[in-house]
Amino acid sequence: MADKATVHITVNGQPHTSEVEPRLLLVHYLREHLGLTGTHVGCDTSQCGACTVHLDGQAVKSCTVFAVQADGSSVTTIEGIGAMGHLHPVQEGFWEMHGLQCGFCTPGMIMAAADLLNHNPNPSEEEIRHGLEGNYCRCTGYHNIVRAVQYAADKMSGKKSVGAAADD
Amino acid sequence: MYTAEFDYKKASSLQDALSLLQQHPDAKLLAGGHSLIPAMKLRLAAPSLLIDISKVPELRGVRMEGNTLIIGAATTYHELETNDLVRKAAPLLTEVIPHIGDPMVRHRGTIGGSLSHADPAADLPAAMLALGAQMKIQGRSGSRVVDADQFFQGMFSTALGEGEILTEIHIPALSGRQAYEKFPHPASRYAVVGVAVVAGPEGVRAAVTGAGEHALRLSRLEQALAGKPLNAETIAAACQNLLSAEGLNHDLVASAEYRAHLVDVLAKRALLRLV
Repeated sequence: MADKATVHITVNGQPHTSEVEPRLLLVHYLREHLGLTGTHVGCDTSQCGACTVHLDGQAVKSCTVFAVQADGSSVTTIEGIGAMGHLHPVQEGFWEMHGLQCGFCTPGMIMAAADLLNHNPNPSEEEIRHGLEGNYCRCTGYHNIVRAVQYAADKMSGKKSVGAAADD
Repeated sequence: MYTAEFDYKKASSLQDALSLLQQHPDAKLLAGGHSLIPAMKLRLAAPSLLIDISKVPELRGVRMEGNTLIIGAATTYHELETNDLVRKAAPLLTEVIPHIGDPMVRHRGTIGGSLSHADPAADLPAAMLALGAQMKIQGRSGSRVVDADQFFQGMFSTALGEGEILTEIHIPALSGRQAYEKFPHPASRYAVVGVAVVAGPEGVRAAVTGAGEHALRLSRLEQALAGKPLNAETIAAACQNLLSAEGLNHDLVASAEYRAHLVDVLAKRALLRLV
């Protein structure tokens, strides 16, 4: 059996030191070792984006990164991007604009959309659709997801002064 | 899906990576991992050791040397698509890279990884051929430079030998007006066919990906346009039967004949953008 490796990974601001098999995928590290099950395994083939997290500030598909590759890095998951009562504007947008139906793709959608807005705070509809090309929704369709991202962009740029609508 | 077991080592330098590769001939290099990890999950690859070269300083970054754009092989797509030197010296790359995968894939995937993998439907190989790029390859005994025309040798097969590492990609800066036209696979977004064209002072260089076992130059097109001005008439006359369907790729999405047709159509569209 392959030797285990020691990794130091900061997840949602909290440092962790863990012994992992080199073949452990980051998504399984998050879900099974740390119990952070908000990050989903969808297709497990780098296509659907349900497993999207931020690795050192960039959206990545955590089913296609080994935990050992994240040694020394910071990871943000859906659990760390906002909190009840203090939702991230993208989370609030999905709530307000009904950007989901079953919700399975939602954590990945939100992480990808937050990354998109970090790079491009005022995206056109086309840029939002292109930017979410790596995230599949198999029930709602994408219209309300695009509206949710537009809502978040407006909120973050101060164009929309919406109260804490999604508190409970 | 779990991969087969493997050991993992981080290379601290190019020399370190080369000696690890020599000690472990069955090892694989890991940079972004976006071709290798999916293959390992499907158990199409089961290396005993992964040598992580993603942080090797000699393999990273973009710089100009004289009139040559030099790209470290472990530079990510995202770094390239947002890089101003690339935009100025090789705008074709800035155009081609957003066609690859999606933002998450581009945050991890690297130019050298893609070129070494040599997927017959990848976008970059066509761009490398049209730009007249060269690949710098390092082995234990020294380095050599290989023209893109000699680098791609077959399906998933390149000029890289055992124990060698692709270290840099050298691209002549702004060799002419540039364009890429692609017919994406409806599900995977890989190129069913993609055509890259560069129109410079010495004429047109054109290359296609997705059509054959590996990316290749469209020499019939280049010859048909040699010494002619680029306009709607010369382009329409040149973009006919550029490749014979015989031997081209065929699958559920596109027959070999349809691929041959797409080559003509996409070459014409790309060239018309340069007029």
